[in-house]
Amino acid sequence: MAATAHPAHSMTVRGLKPFYAKRQAVQAVDLDVRAHEILALIGPSGCGKSTVLRCLNRMHETIPYAHAEGSVKLDDLDIYQAGIDATLVRRKIGMVFQMPIALRTRSIYENIAVGLRLGGMNDRLELDRRVEQALRSANLWDEVKDKLQLSGLALSGGQQQRLSIARTIAIEPAVILFDEPCSALDPISTLKIEELLLQLRERYTLVIVTHNMQQAARISDRTAVFMVERGQEQPVGLLVEEGSTEQIFSKPRDRRTEEYISGKVG
Amino acid sequence: MNIQTNMQNYAGRSLVDRAMRGLTVVATALAIIPLFLIIGYVLIVGGAALNLDFFTQTYQPPVAVGSEAIDPATGLPIDSTLSGSGAIDPATGLPIDPSTAGSSEEQPDLSQVEARGGVLHGIVGTLMITIAALLISLPIGIMAGIFLAEYPDTPFNTFIRFCCDVLSGAPSIVIGVVGFTLLVQTTRTYSGVAGAIALTFLMVPTIARTTEEILKLVPNATREAAMAMGAPMWYATLTVVVPTALSGIVTGALLAFARGAGETAPLLLTIQGNSNLSFSLFEPLAALPLLTYKYIESPFPAENQLAWGTAFVLMMLVLGVNLLVRITTARIKKG
Ligand SMILES: Nc1ncnc2c1ncn2[C@@H]1O[C@H](COP(=O)(O)OP(=O)(O)O)[C@@H](O)[C@H]1O
Ligand SMILES: [Mg+2]
Repeated sequence: MAATAHPAHSMTVRGLKPFYAKRQAVQAVDLDVRAHEILALIGPSGCGKSTVLRCLNRMHETIPYAHAEGSVKLDDLDIYQAGIDATLVRRKIGMVFQMPIALRTRSIYENIAVGLRLGGMNDRLELDRRVEQALRSANLWDEVKDKLQLSGLALSGGQQQRLSIARTIAIEPAVILFDEPCSALDPISTLKIEELLLQLRERYTLVIVTHNMQQAARISDRTAVFMVERGQEQPVGLLVEEGSTEQIFSKPRDRRTEEYISGKVG
Repeated sequence: MNIQTNMQNYAGRSLVDRAMRGLTVVATALAIIPLFLIIGYVLIVGGAALNLDFFTQTYQPPVAVGSEAIDPATGLPIDSTLSGSGAIDPATGLPIDPSTAGSSEEQPDLSQVEARGGVLHGIVGTLMITIAALLISLPIGIMAGIFLAEYPDTPFNTFIRFCCDVLSGAPSIVIGVVGFTLLVQTTRTYSGVAGAIALTFLMVPTIARTTEEILKLVPNATREAAMAMGAPMWYATLTVVVPTALSGIVTGALLAFARGAGETAPLLLTIQGNSNLSFSLFEPLAALPLLTYKYIESPFPAENQLAWGTAFVLMMLVLGVNLLVRITTARIKKG
């Protein structure tokens, strides 16, 4: 694997409608995720950011009564097309959650090896190599290299979040989705994660949900703004604007974006 | 607003409060006192029945007091052939004395009889049957619990839950009758397996429901983290969710074990009892609850004493298991 040219993967979302039971939670979404960019999804809480994000790797449908319609393409492949195995989609499009998850019964090493084993890798040396590589890529190796056999719970919240990221990286996905990865962390850990995201952009395509507008402004290349419409009996989320982060924060086209950015809503 | 009336209200309310609190203390005491009486009585009376023989010997017919008496002059046991065999006919409770056999008209003095032997056969039987029952119940119960917790919105799930609730509420003698009809009558023999399977009916619901409860405590985020790695649902359940909940599942197993070890009715109709030590699950076996029942029915006070000893051992077994549960759950809470 050449370290220089990382494959470029993009995503194209067209007419995506996420449902919880019969209720459509977000109006049809059209969205582009470009290769090697950080796309931020921002908006007031309840506007459907997490829901849309979870549709991008078919995590949404793991909720028994939830389903999605529309098309989501990874490069040229529609991941919602019939015959596509959702578990394989999730290995191509990884996800990191808000709460850092150290799988509690597992050592730091096993937290990462578990995903590799799942992919059929059993060779001990190869596992060691990939675990180290993933931990290095997550800027965690130096902090844990002497305690790989300890429980993941022995780590701080910020370290656990980087462990979660390492677990995702280890599988070598094309795209990584982050759902408010810093909102449970202190400012210093947050900075470390942001630094890490900027590094990872070199190798992956990243989508990050954040409720922190400064964070979106600091690290993202483009931003999509969601809002929630409360006119109907059920609030429905919608995508109001998508553009370069600079444009969104300096001259938003939509009035609602402007109000949100300037702190009048949300 | 009149602060004076409020004060009166306050006095009234605090009085009611104190009365209510007093009532809860009384109620607690009423509940606890019998418990302590039972435990204390079993400890004292049962403890007195314990000796080495109790744990190392099996059933032996009781003998008349003095048959093993020591001659103070010689320091040797008095030869039992001189003072009669000392053995007692278990049917009549009469000493089998060659000189008086069959012709005795006098009432035997039942208290002048001492029990011999022990309950090793019961301890072994109880352990064998309960462990066998646990081995059968664990896979079934854990799988049922996983199904209840992880696939909750199916009609079959409702059905399984209903069955668990009915089974765990069923009177245990009913389980005994079912075991008798299904296992003893068809195989034409009382056996340890029949007892173990009967206990399974009681243990599976306990294991299934505790497994379900503990799996529901596993944060959904843990499942999602596993699924986000591309793990199929069943794989996430088996390799991530179940190990996370393992100590809780162990707790359920221990509780089921304690419950099974103390059951009498299902065994009464399935294992029959056995006065000898047996290590075969395919023969009638002894069990501590059955021995307790048998000894307390005995006409000899000395054997009644053995019943208390058996009760003591049984209670220690259950207490010990519960203590183990405490320790494991304390560990779960620590994380
Ligand atoms: N598991 C769920 N079941 C039903 N409705 C849900 C569920 N999760 C989210 N929703 C609904 O979907 C909408 C969007 O929620 P979410 O995507 O979590 O918003 P955000 O992440 O922007 O705060 C909300 O109205 C919320 O009530
Ligand atoms: Mg959210």
